[in-house]
Amino acid sequence: MSVLIFIDTNEGHVKKASLEVMSYGAKLADQLGTVAEGVALGTVTEDLSALGKYGVKKIHHVNNDVLNHFDAQVYTKVIAQVAEKTGAAVVIFSNNVDGKAIAPRLSARLKAGLVSGAVALPDTANGFTVKKNVFSGKAFANITINTAIKVIALSPNAYQVKTGGGSAEVVPFTTNVEPGKIKVTNVTKASGEVPLTEAEIVVSAGRGMKGPENWGMIEDLAHALHAALACSRPVADAHWRPHNEHVGQTGIAIAPNLYIAIGISGAIQHLAGVNRSKVIVVINKDPEAPFFKAADYGIVGDAFEVVPKFTEAVKKLKGS
Amino acid sequence: MKILVCISKTPDTTAKIAFTDNSTKFDTNGVQWIINPYDEWYALVRAIELKEKDSSAVIHLVNVGSADAEPIIRKALALGGDEAIRVNADSHDSFFVASQIAEVAKQGNYDLVFTGKETIDYNGSSIGGMVAELLDLPYVSLATKFELSETKATITREIEGGEENCEVELPVVVSAQKGMAEQRIPNMRGIMAARTKPLKVVEPTSVTPLTNVSGFGLPPAKAGVKLVSPDNVEELVRLLHEEAKAF
Ligand SMILES: Cc1cc2nc3c(=O)[nH]c(=O)nc-3n(C[C@H](O)[C@H](O)[C@H](O)COP(=O)(O)OP(=O)(O)OC[C@H]3O[C@@H](n4cnc5c(N)ncnc54)[C@H](O)[C@@H]3O)c2cc1C
Ligand SMILES: Nc1ncnc2c1ncn2[C@@H]1O[C@H](COP(=O)(O)O)[C@@H](O)[C@H]1O
Repeated sequence: MSVLIFIDTNEGHVKKASLEVMSYGAKLADQLGTVAEGVALGTVTEDLSALGKYGVKKIHHVNNDVLNHFDAQVYTKVIAQVAEKTGAAVVIFSNNVDGKAIAPRLSARLKAGLVSGAVALPDTANGFTVKKNVFSGKAFANITINTAIKVIALSPNAYQVKTGGGSAEVVPFTTNVEPGKIKVTNVTKASGEVPLTEAEIVVSAGRGMKGPENWGMIEDLAHALHAALACSRPVADAHWRPHNEHVGQTGIAIAPNLYIAIGISGAIQHLAGVNRSKVIVVINKDPEAPFFKAADYGIVGDAFEVVPKFTEAVKKLKGS
Repeated sequence: MKILVCISKTPDTTAKIAFTDNSTKFDTNGVQWIINPYDEWYALVRAIELKEKDSSAVIHLVNVGSADAEPIIRKALALGGDEAIRVNADSHDSFFVASQIAEVAKQGNYDLVFTGKETIDYNGSSIGGMVAELLDLPYVSLATKFELSETKATITREIEGGEENCEVELPVVVSAQKGMAEQRIPNMRGIMAARTKPLKVVEPTSVTPLTNVSGFGLPPAKAGVKLVSPDNVEELVRLLHEEAKAF
């Protein structure tokens, strides 16, 4: 028996979300009195054994060129084989883009109950119950998994990365891998920016900014904080900002440590995507803006005056 | 060309979220039900656009739900579905729901299965992947663009911090999100036509759910906002740094 963790990589590098999943999996393994193992697919340029510091004892590495392209169907088959061979009792993913594609497939393949978007360690005192977000962050549900094998997809930013000592034993895992049916023709990365779903800090702005020409000050603040950018839906709909920055009920749901909302009224559909942020700061000239009810800190004032001062104060604090 | 669009029923986005029966059931009192926005605005409308380009295409809708889902199914028919299948079962277990959809998909021999990115109540983002696995088909998740030429689909999908273009031969399962299409409003003709479109009710195949909901809860309320003067932005930065330890 073991807890098996999918180590998600991007161009050979282990994603931050996977560090969270390893920390979570190691803790769960402790709780179940077993060991945490990892599975990594394709070429990995980092030293896998160093991941032992996140608590994984052994990493099964399937180093096959076919796996250098992500394909949920192919990945699922390989992970299922590793899970069967290692007698995994729980298989854990990040509920990131890749995890959302593989975890459900693996669940169906192994007939193993799935909880996606988990936000806490399972309660194993009496059965196996996992807390997850529902109603777009407005509530949570406790889901009991009734199968011998369990699959969990952990929400990004829901579990703190923990490091200790130790190194992992890396063992090659060989299997026949057929190429997938999906052919990737082009990949476009938003260059140099922090991916929104992985960001610790997010600077977001809405219709209060009046027009796309005023986003320079928003970008400056994001830059000073090393933050990702986001926006409200009307801003994306009006093409002031790209669609992939739209957060909320119908956009991306995020849970950063710090969410700074500038010139956003705080409609319920907007809050649905950001209400799991640990700290919320609201800058709005209208003291009645509903967002203040969901905020931890706020400034009632004109964004055009406050934001440049905010950036200056951050730079000063960081000594740059 | 046969397209299957998975349609789920969710509370309106402004619905008050509360629970009853010792926090084991969602309180449906006063709740307005809608078609899950991702299913309606993106998956269904894109399917309708494909049909507008290729008049031989047919669009079937599938819903796994009880009879009270019929108004939203009729609305989806009014928007442009040709016929609907309701699998008469109520379940929160994704595997159970996916198994029912996979069964319908097998029998109908579809070239394309569309789901929404996720339901806004359960937030599983799981049904599409499960259906694909049960049918042993490729699955393109979180698609923002979908084009078709003959039997080849060209799809743009979200990846971490960017997007990816890919090609795949039909049949395929695709989950749709913003970008795929623009929201439409049903017109009078569509609403009239929907009344007579077939809505078939089938009984579920026997599948054991893998999970069950043991309870719900609400997140703890915020302590209240701490306001800082606009003339003292440095104080806000200090609080964020020292008190909230946000950076
Ligand atoms: C089904 C459905 C789904 C939706 N999904 C989403 C979603 O996913 N995400 C989303 O964001 N919205 C969503 N919406 C829209 C949502 O209801 C709101 O309309 C939207 O969030 C409002 O955007 P906003 O706050 O930028 O603009 P507004 O509501 O116009 O607010 C602008 C704010 O800026 C403030 N302001 C103006 N000038 C200044 C200034 N100089 N300095 C400081 N503050 C200023 C104003 O006081 C105001 O509070 C959805 C709506 C529906 C019906
Ligand atoms: N009961 C249901 N009936 C039909 N389709 C569904 C049902 N539940 C979910 N779906 C589809 O699966 C998608 C993802 O749902 P979920 O995995 O629950 O987030 C939805 O956007 C729908 O397209």
